[in-house]
Amino acid sequence: MSSDKVLLDYGSGGRASQRLISELFVKYFANPELERLNDAASLKLKGNISMSTDSFTVDPIFFPGGNIGSLAVHGTVNDVAMLGAIPKYLTCAYIIEEGLPMDDLETIVKSMGEACKEAGVNIVTGDTKVVPKGMVDKIFINTTGVGEIIADPGPSGDRATVGDAVLVSGTMGDHGLTILGTREGLSLESNVQSDSASLNHLLIKLVQEIPDVHVLRDPTRGGLATTLNEITVSSNVCCELDESSIPVKPEVAGGCSFLGLDPLYLANEGKFLCILPQEYAEKALEIMRADKLGHDACQVGTITDANPGKVILVTPLGGRRLLNMLEGEQLPRIC
Amino acid sequence: MSLKILEKFKDPELCKELLKRLQAELDGEIRFMEVCGTHTVAIFRSGLHSVLPKEVVHLSGPGCPVCVTHESEVNAFLELAGKENVIIATFGDLIKVPGDKGHCLKNAQADGARVEIIYSPFDSLELARRNPDCTVVFLGVGFETTAPTIAATVLMAKQEGLKNFKVLSFHKLVPPALDVLISDPETRIDGFILPGHVSTVIGIHPYDFIGAKYGKPAVVTGFDPVDILQALLHMVRSSKEEKPEPINQYLRAVSEDGNPKAVEVMYQVFETADALWRGIGLIPDSGLEFREEFSEYDAKKVFDLDIGECPPLPGCKCGDVLKGKMNPEECPLFGKACTPAKPVGPCMVSTEGSCAAYFKYKVD
Repeated sequence: MSSDKVLLDYGSGGRASQRLISELFVKYFANPELERLNDAASLKLKGNISMSTDSFTVDPIFFPGGNIGSLAVHGTVNDVAMLGAIPKYLTCAYIIEEGLPMDDLETIVKSMGEACKEAGVNIVTGDTKVVPKGMVDKIFINTTGVGEIIADPGPSGDRATVGDAVLVSGTMGDHGLTILGTREGLSLESNVQSDSASLNHLLIKLVQEIPDVHVLRDPTRGGLATTLNEITVSSNVCCELDESSIPVKPEVAGGCSFLGLDPLYLANEGKFLCILPQEYAEKALEIMRADKLGHDACQVGTITDANPGKVILVTPLGGRRLLNMLEGEQLPRIC
Repeated sequence: MSLKILEKFKDPELCKELLKRLQAELDGEIRFMEVCGTHTVAIFRSGLHSVLPKEVVHLSGPGCPVCVTHESEVNAFLELAGKENVIIATFGDLIKVPGDKGHCLKNAQADGARVEIIYSPFDSLELARRNPDCTVVFLGVGFETTAPTIAATVLMAKQEGLKNFKVLSFHKLVPPALDVLISDPETRIDGFILPGHVSTVIGIHPYDFIGAKYGKPAVVTGFDPVDILQALLHMVRSSKEEKPEPINQYLRAVSEDGNPKAVEVMYQVFETADALWRGIGLIPDSGLEFREEFSEYDAKKVFDLDIGECPPLPGCKCGDVLKGKMNPEECPLFGKACTPAKPVGPCMVSTEGSCAAYFKYKVD
């Protein structure tokens, strides 16, 4: 590119825009459908379709374990896959602040291309806007994804059933604490990093080998606690969680303790929650643990009829308390 | 201290053993009040609240700094947040606290005010250095735990000659509030679990009056379940003494005399003054105001703020809850007109408030 910073010209729709698209986006997202550069993409899909959209406005845009580009792929691929679907295509829309270093943009686009390759999805259409300095914070990315649902019956948040096992694919809170720590320049343990990853290959194995997975969800913003509350309300059941079984890395637990945060409310970007009949729990855990993205998987609770619509945490002391939905955002406290 | 040793203070087996001993040594009801909001949360989060013997009655006190920040003080934050070229620097948990009209700093931020959440008062100095055209006002809320650091920040600003840094001091002191609570004939407090963080600064002797004057036990303790259960055992035992002395259970963090250097710094910048406590009212000598020689850092004086008492909120029973006269669930507004999403009174405002803890954690 002729400039080392993104200029308003690149969003003009003229030659500069064309150069940006061909020299950057098409280069890293290379696939036949995108290269046609039509007004829309022509897609081959069959059966029931899963579709999801998400906008990524993360601050900072670069963090240990990823950046806004890879996150924009992982987030949407995972959302599409949680219906028991094979994600196929993505769209992506960039809103870029004038003055963003071109090297930063290239790093983001490149890692987005790599994340697509790993997930086995193609970005088939997109859009780029450049707005005057101060109108957005560096860069915002929207992605929309579609995929073919292969699970029958498909998992859904309203299908949790009394007697089901509640499984998580790994440790909680890694992404949320990494983002907060990086944003605030806090010197947390050096090995705290985001778990951002596409889970679709593991999820496909799971729905192919387990006859009926009732619920799949990725506990992103609001974390495990908020996600489980959404499910118990939708399914009108109670979830009883065993606090000692919930995996949290010691460095995440330490960072949370220091900041007065609860890892069960922190975002995850490479973990999922699986609710299924207890008889399939062991088999599901075997499948998860055989994959590098699920080797810390474990059962953390069961679905009961005790307090419909509530999540109850059984503490190591044997005490019981509510695990409520997050109200607003978690904020570090005074003392 | 290694993490392995600290894990012992959460050990479920040890807790079960302590619960058995507590049950065995109880010879009637004991109503304990934990002063500190962090203890309130620890008691609920660990599940301790649901497994304590029924004779042990738990009362949450006024020790959450956000809860006891008076509406008129919140109104002062909001007044400043609306001023041109003012940056409010604050700890995160103050930004949702409503003033008497229901507005909070979060609303002010949406209206265009600059409100920066910081993690240390020293960060507000950096904000002031980076924004020479603005005045940075740090919201000085909290107890003896935070006041020395804020005083040190003021000393640093003076040393640097930083003119665009001010502090709105609404600090509160714990011992005078306990004196008011325990001397109220309507309260039925048998003993206090005292805030460990505060005692790291002031030590344990400022609480001597609890035993000497009122004959009640008081235990400075940590924030893990083993700490709290040990403290309750100490309390049961020393309640049998005529004039019990305060006990320091939190030996790993608190020395008998606290941190005299921190106290010295605190009183170098501030002096005691009467203070308004939300839900309780005016308590003599329970706050910290700037000494005259530091008045150039006093946001109250610089901005000529008038901090007056507001009328009590209709129907709100937080005053009774804070004094241990009422259980949160007995308040007619609890969980109906007053929830964490739309708090009416102080106890529901902060995540560490007693009403918020009941709402958030209690199962039935």
